[in-house]
Amino acid sequence: MGIYNYIIRRLLYVIPILLGVCLLIFLMFNIVAGDPTAVLLGKHATAKQMAELRHVLGLDKHWFMQYVDIVKSAFSLNFGRSWASQQQIMPMIKAGTWVSLTLVVPSILITNILAISMALVAAFFRGRALDRGLVVLSIIMMSISGLAYILFSQWFFAYKLGWFEIAGYEHGFLACIPYIALPCFILVLLSVGSDLRFYRTVILDEMYQDYVRTARAKGLPEGLVLFKHVLKNVMIPIITNLITQLPSWLLGTLLVESFFGIPGLGGITINAINNADFPVIKAITILSAIFYVIFNVITDILYTVVDPRIKLS
Amino acid sequence: MNQTLTQSIWLEAFRRMAKSKLTTVALIIVLIYAVVALLAYCGIIATDWSQEVGTSYEAPNIQHWFGTDIFGRSVLRKIIKGAQVAMNVGFVVSMIAILIGVVLGAIGGYFGGVVDEMIVWLCSTMASIPNIMLLISLTFILGKGILAVYIALGMTNWVELCRLIRGEVIKHKDREYVQAATAIGASHFSKLWWHILPNVLHIVIIQFSGIFQIAIKSEVILSYLGLGVQNSPSWGVMINDAKVDLMYGVWWEIAFATVAMFLIVLAFNILSDALRDALDPKLRGK
Repeated sequence: MGIYNYIIRRLLYVIPILLGVCLLIFLMFNIVAGDPTAVLLGKHATAKQMAELRHVLGLDKHWFMQYVDIVKSAFSLNFGRSWASQQQIMPMIKAGTWVSLTLVVPSILITNILAISMALVAAFFRGRALDRGLVVLSIIMMSISGLAYILFSQWFFAYKLGWFEIAGYEHGFLACIPYIALPCFILVLLSVGSDLRFYRTVILDEMYQDYVRTARAKGLPEGLVLFKHVLKNVMIPIITNLITQLPSWLLGTLLVESFFGIPGLGGITINAINNADFPVIKAITILSAIFYVIFNVITDILYTVVDPRIKLS
Repeated sequence: MNQTLTQSIWLEAFRRMAKSKLTTVALIIVLIYAVVALLAYCGIIATDWSQEVGTSYEAPNIQHWFGTDIFGRSVLRKIIKGAQVAMNVGFVVSMIAILIGVVLGAIGGYFGGVVDEMIVWLCSTMASIPNIMLLISLTFILGKGILAVYIALGMTNWVELCRLIRGEVIKHKDREYVQAATAIGASHFSKLWWHILPNVLHIVIIQFSGIFQIAIKSEVILSYLGLGVQNSPSWGVMINDAKVDLMYGVWWEIAFATVAMFLIVLAFNILSDALRDALDPKLRGK
C-alpha cells in the first residue's frame, strides 16, 4: 500500500514541474524572444506575409492560449513540425536519440567503471601519495576546457595520427564504432575527473560509519572491508548519480557531436539554434525536463526499494 | 563579544587555508588574474590588442612571447584582454547568482508556507531543465553580447545556492539567538540580515568560488556557439579560432588560451575545496 501511494504521489509531483517548465519556455520563446517571423521570412518580408505566417504558426492567439498550446504539446508529446525543415519533430528527435545513445552509453559505462575503481583505490590509500595524486589529477582534468580536449584530440589523434575518422557517422552497430571511438574517449576524459572526486567523497563518507568500525574491529582486512561492506553501501549514491546523469549526458555530448558531425541530439540542437527553429528547441527542452523528472522519480523509488530505512515521505 | 567571535572564526578559517602551500599558490594566482584584469579594465595594459605587431602566425619568439595570430596581433595582449573578460564574467555572474540565490533561499526558508512552496517549485523547475539547454536558450533569446552572457549564466547558476541557503535558514530560524532577537523586538528583515545571514555566509563564499569557475568555463562554450562575447578577444573565441589554426600547425593561440583558462579554473577549484574544508564544520577533523 505504502509504496504504491508513494509512487503515485511522486508521479503527481511531476505535473507542477512540467507546467513550470512550459511556463519558463513560454516566457522565453513567446514573450521575450520577440517576433520570429522576421527571421524566418528574411529581409524582404512584407507586413502582410509576416501577419499570415504569425497566423499559421499560432502566434496571433491570446497569450494564454499560446501557453496552453505548449502545455498540450508537452503532455501529448506532439511538438508539430520543425520550422526549418518542415519535418515532424518527434521522429527527428527519436532518430537523434538513438544516435546519441550509441555514443553516450559506452561513455557512461567506461567513465563510471574507471571512476569507481580509481575512487576505491584512492579510498584504500586515503591520505597517502597515491590518493593525493589521484585527487590532484581529477582537479586538473576538471579544470581543462572541454573545447580544448575536443580540438586537441581531434587534431592529434584523428588528423595527425589518422587513428580515427575526423568526423562523420554511419548507422549500424559495428559501422559506427570508428566514428564514435574518439568522441567516446573525449567524453570519458571530460567527466571522469568529477566522477572520481564525487565517488571518492561518497566512499570516504561511508568509511566513518559504525559498521565499518565494527568490521575492522572483528579483524577483517582493509581490502575486504572496502570491497565487501563499503562498496555495497555506496552502490545507492553511485546508482543515483548514474541515473540522474543520463538526461544531462544526452545534451552534454552537444559540443562533441557538433565537432564530429554526429547527427545526434546535440547536432539537432545546434542546428535548431543556428536556424532559429523555436519548436525544435522547445521540444528538446521539454523532453529533457520530462526525462530528468521521471528519472528522478525512478531513483527515489529505487532508493526506497533498495534501502528500507528510507521513509516514504 | 559576537564581533570578536565572528572574527576569530574567519581568522581561524584563513589560518587553516594559509597552512596549505597549494591553497596559498591558488590564492596568489587568483590575485594576479584579478590585478591583470583590473589593469586591463582601467586601460593601462593591452588596450592596443587589436593592433598588428608582426606578421601573420609568428611562432613564439623573443619579441612576441606568445606568438601572433592570423592578423599579426599579439597573442599575449589578447590573452590579457581575455583575462579581463573572463574575470568580469566570473565576477558579475557570481554576484547575480548569489543575489538571486540568497534572497530567494532566505525568504523561502524563513517565511515558509506558500512562498516557500513557490520557491521550491521554481528551484525544481529550473533544476529539471539541463543547464546547457537553458543557457543556450537564454543567450539565444537575449541576443548576442556580454549582457546576455551575464544574465543567462546568472540565471542558470543560482539554484544550488538557493537550496543550500534555504536549508540552513530553516535550521537557524528557531535557534535561541534568533528567539532572543525576536524577544528584543527585531524585525523579520533585521533578524534575517543581521542574525541569520552571517551564520550562513560561509556557504555563499564556498559557492562563489564554484560559480566563478563554472562561469568562466561556460563562457568558452557560449563563445564557440557564437553566442558569447562580441568584438573583444575572449579565451573562448581564441580557442574556437584554433579550429582553423591547428590545421596549419599553429598551436600557440589555443595552447596559451587553454593554459590561461586552466590556471584560473584550477586555482578556483583548489580554493573552493580549501574553503569548504576550512569553513564547513561538518568536514572538520576528517
